[in-house]
Amino acid sequence: MPVLSSITELVGNTPVVDVSQLSPNPDVRLLAKLEMQNPAGSVKDRIALSMIRDAEEQGRLTPGSTLIEPSSGNTGIALAMLARLGGYHLKIVLPENVTMERRAALEAFGAEIVPSPAAEGSNGAVRRAEKLAGEHPDWLFLYQYGNEANPRAHYRTTGPEILRDVPDLTHFVAGLGTSGTLMGVGSYLKEHRPDIKVIAVEPPSGERVEGLRSLDDGYVPPVFDEWDGMELLDGKRIVRPLDSLRWTRRLVDEAGVFAGPSSGAALCGAAAVAERIDEGVILFIVCDGGWKYLSTGAYSGDLEEMAAKLDEVIYF
Amino acid sequence: MSTISVRLPTVLRPAANGQSVVSVGGSTVGEVVDGLVSDYPGLGANLLDDAGALRKFVNVYVNDEDIRFLDKLDTAVAAGDDVTILPAVAGG
Repeated sequence: MPVLSSITELVGNTPVVDVSQLSPNPDVRLLAKLEMQNPAGSVKDRIALSMIRDAEEQGRLTPGSTLIEPSSGNTGIALAMLARLGGYHLKIVLPENVTMERRAALEAFGAEIVPSPAAEGSNGAVRRAEKLAGEHPDWLFLYQYGNEANPRAHYRTTGPEILRDVPDLTHFVAGLGTSGTLMGVGSYLKEHRPDIKVIAVEPPSGERVEGLRSLDDGYVPPVFDEWDGMELLDGKRIVRPLDSLRWTRRLVDEAGVFAGPSSGAALCGAAAVAERIDEGVILFIVCDGGWKYLSTGAYSGDLEEMAAKLDEVIYF
Repeated sequence: MSTISVRLPTVLRPAANGQSVVSVGGSTVGEVVDGLVSDYPGLGANLLDDAGALRKFVNVYVNDEDIRFLDKLDTAVAAGDDVTILPAVAGG
């Protein structure tokens, strides 16, 4: 293997592992794309690199620049790695109810954490970052929820990798956060193979968010609308913390893949699809590894008790 | 017409006497929503726009599947089905 000139060369080109032993249907293969293999540990390395390179090429980022971004963790950690390399100051607006490991990882990479109230969830972090960016026009606000470079990263890298490695793919399943993975990969797949079905899974986060005054405080990422998510997706389902955790544990117990709970949610969604089709090949995204969730006790202990605890933290 | 249980998010519970799950009759999601609004008029403006369509930030699921990718408000429901209403929130 050649010596790499930078850690950023390790972003992307992630492996796919067959985990069909978890399939509820013997005629349906289940494949896991291991995004935790990215250098900062999650799928978000791709979009962070894409957004940073985009801003650098446009001359909006120079050494010493300050960046601000709302993130429940993974985008922040990926940006923090790149900010270190580029000589940028990074401020991450982080909801208070994320795991201690996410906070510690941000600190390890030298990011400054701006806390936002747990009760307001991710929506509150987005609002806070928007406000701070408005007050500091000299700070660069990459805004992953509305930045074209987010879905474009997946359109240019993740999508082509998937079709190259899995030419007989029939279904693609991924978690819906900013919608960047689903929009970028989904668009690429549909352009080349219109028969492939694209399915989103999401946690029932809106159930408990107390900071909402009404449903008008809700949020749909601009990326979802701009890439025509309503037309692109073939289905969307919620996966509750108990099922997310159950499948996260099965993934490590039966396939040796140690992943975070949002990957269990994607696997649960993939298994639901497998049950209703006759045959096929389903690929789902493993967003990150399990390391950042160990403090929640998610991998041992009473399943229902741990799921209730998981319900208190943002894990998507 | 079947009786369907509907799960409400925290933000809507005050308009439904604080309940997190309510039972409503209907054979489509549209009928369930109409029944819900008739039982708890305070929910009306939260769920539907002036044209009677679901508001943008409201997601409705039948057995955890988003009805926007099924038959929208015409999605059929039967006894034993669960309807969940959630506000759209950010992830990432």
